[in-house]
Amino acid sequence: MFFNEEFETLPREALQALQLKRLKAMVARVEKSVPFYKEALAKAGVTSDSIKTLADLQRLPFTYKQDMRDSYPYNLFAVPMEDIVRIHASSGTTGKPTVVGYTRKDIDTWSELMARSFVAAGVHKGDIIHNSYGYGLFTGGLGAHYGAERLGASVIPMSGGNTKKQIMIMQDFGSTVLTCTPSYSLFMAEAAKEEGIDFRDLKLRVGIFGAEPWSEEMRRDIETKLNLSAVDIYGLSEIMGPGVAIECCEAKKGLHVWEDHFIPEIINPETCEVLPEGQMGELVITTITKEGIPLIRYRTRDITSITYEPCACGRTHARIARMSGRSDDMLIIRGVNVFPSQIEAILMGVEGVEPHYVLIVERKDNLDTLEVQVEVGENIFSDEIKHLQALSAKIEKQIKEMLGVTCRVRLVEPKSITRSEGKAKRVIDNRNKA
Amino acid sequence: MHVEQISIFIENKFGRLAEVTRILGDAGVNIRTLSLADTSDFGILRLIVNDTEKARTVLKERGFTVSKTEVVAVEIPDRPGGLADILQVLDADGINVEYMYAFVERCGENAVMIFRFDETDKAIATLTGKSFNVLPGERLYSM
Repeated sequence: MFFNEEFETLPREALQALQLKRLKAMVARVEKSVPFYKEALAKAGVTSDSIKTLADLQRLPFTYKQDMRDSYPYNLFAVPMEDIVRIHASSGTTGKPTVVGYTRKDIDTWSELMARSFVAAGVHKGDIIHNSYGYGLFTGGLGAHYGAERLGASVIPMSGGNTKKQIMIMQDFGSTVLTCTPSYSLFMAEAAKEEGIDFRDLKLRVGIFGAEPWSEEMRRDIETKLNLSAVDIYGLSEIMGPGVAIECCEAKKGLHVWEDHFIPEIINPETCEVLPEGQMGELVITTITKEGIPLIRYRTRDITSITYEPCACGRTHARIARMSGRSDDMLIIRGVNVFPSQIEAILMGVEGVEPHYVLIVERKDNLDTLEVQVEVGENIFSDEIKHLQALSAKIEKQIKEMLGVTCRVRLVEPKSITRSEGKAKRVIDNRNKA
Repeated sequence: MHVEQISIFIENKFGRLAEVTRILGDAGVNIRTLSLADTSDFGILRLIVNDTEKARTVLKERGFTVSKTEVVAVEIPDRPGGLADILQVLDADGINVEYMYAFVERCGENAVMIFRFDETDKAIATLTGKSFNVLPGERLYSM
C-alpha cells in the first residue's frame, strides 16, 4: 500500500533527475537569501549553476549543529518571517535549543511524508492513532498528528506522560495504532500489567516507534509484550521532524528515506569522505524542497549505513539501517567505540533479562571503567548467589567477546533504574565531572 | 514435609533491610527465622514467616523481586557432633547442601536446622530413613 504511489515508486533514474533539479533550485535560493550559506558556498567555490550532477553535492560545505546554534534563533531562515507559519525547537539539553521554521508548504510536505510513513507502517484510514509523542516545541507530537490527519485516520492527541490515563484511553477508545518512543511503550505495558491490564488484549495492531535508538531484540520484546507490529521511524527537527525515514511493514529491513525531498549520504565522521553503500558511518542529509530553513549536507551525528537495493514493498527510495546510535552517544571506553544499543542487544539476548539497563562510565586512576546495571526481575532471580553471579559473569563475558570492552555487571533491584516517559536515559558518564 | 521459604533480592544499599522488615511488620507478618547471603553488590534475604503468601504479595506490591523455595527443617540433638552426624548421613548418600541456617526456636531439647538441598525429596527420604525428625512447615510457622 502507498500514500503517493507515483513518487514512492519513481524509477531511480527519474528520482535522481528530480533530486538534481531540486538540489540546484535549493542552492540557488539559499545563496541569495541566507548570508551564512552565501559565505560558505563562496568559500567552497560552488554556485548553483556549477552543479551539473548529483556527484557535485560532495563539493558543497557541511552544516553542523553548531552552525544552527550560532544562528540562533532565525539567522538560517531562508524566507521572511511573514512566510513562516510554525516554529519548533530541539530539546537542547545543553545551552540554547536549535530553532526551525516552516512555511505553509513545508507543513504540507511534512504532513504528506508523515502520511506516507503511516501507510508504509501498515496504517490506514479508519485506524485510531494514539499519539503519545510530546506535543509542543518538540516536533514528534505535531508531526505525527498532521500526518495522521492527512491520511484521514482518527488521531488522539495524547502527548507524553500521565501513563495511567494513557492506558485507560487506549483501552476505552479502542486505539489501533500507537506512536511513542520504544522505551515508553514498554514502560506503559509494564504499568498496565500492574493495573491488571494485559496490553496483548488491547486493539493495538501497529506501533510506530522512534526518537531514540533501539535494537532488533527490543523490537521482538515489544511485539511480544504489546502484540502489535512494531516499525522504526526516523526524523530530526533540524531536517523536518518525524517522517524523514520509515520502515515498511512488508520488509522491516531498513528505513526508506523520502528521497524526493531529502538526499542522504553516509560519511566517515573523521575524514568526512563519502562512504560506499553498506558501510557504517554518519548520516548526512540535504533538504531539497524545504523553504523555511533549507540545510545543505547537515551532519546528523546519527550512525547508520545505506542501501539502494530494491525493496520487497516496491518503494524505490533508499533504505538506511536502524540507527546504531548518535556519534555523540558513542562512548569511547579505553579506546573502544561502544554504542549503548550494542549493549542493549547483548542484554536482550540473555534469557529473561528485561530491557532496563543503565551504563555508568567512570575514570579511576586514568582508566575508564564501565558498569552495566541490570535489573533483577523474577525471570532471572535465583535464590542462590552462585546462579546470580554466573548470570553477571555470562553478560560480562559476552560484552567482552562481542564488543572487546571489559565491564562490570551490577545486579540491581527492579525499578531502581529510573523509568523514562520520553527518551530513556541509558548512559551516565561521570568522567568529565571529576 | 517441605517448608516454604521466601527469598528476596536486596541491593547492598543503606536501609533496604529495614524497609523489607518494616513492610512485613506493617502487614502483620511474623518472621520465624531468617538468613542473609550477601556479596559486595547485593544480598539474598531468606525468610520463613507465619504467612508466606501474604509476605510475598506485600513485598511484590512494593516492587521487590521475590521467589518461593522449598527447604527442609530437621531436628538435631543439641550436643557436640549433632550436626556432623546429619551431614555425614547426607554425604554418604551423595546429597548436596546448597545452604543451611539455624532456626531461632528450639524444638524441645533439640535445635532445628533449615537446609536447602539440590534434591529435596531424596534428602527427606534419606533423613527419615535414618530416623531423623523432619518437621512439617506448619509446625515451624506457628512455633
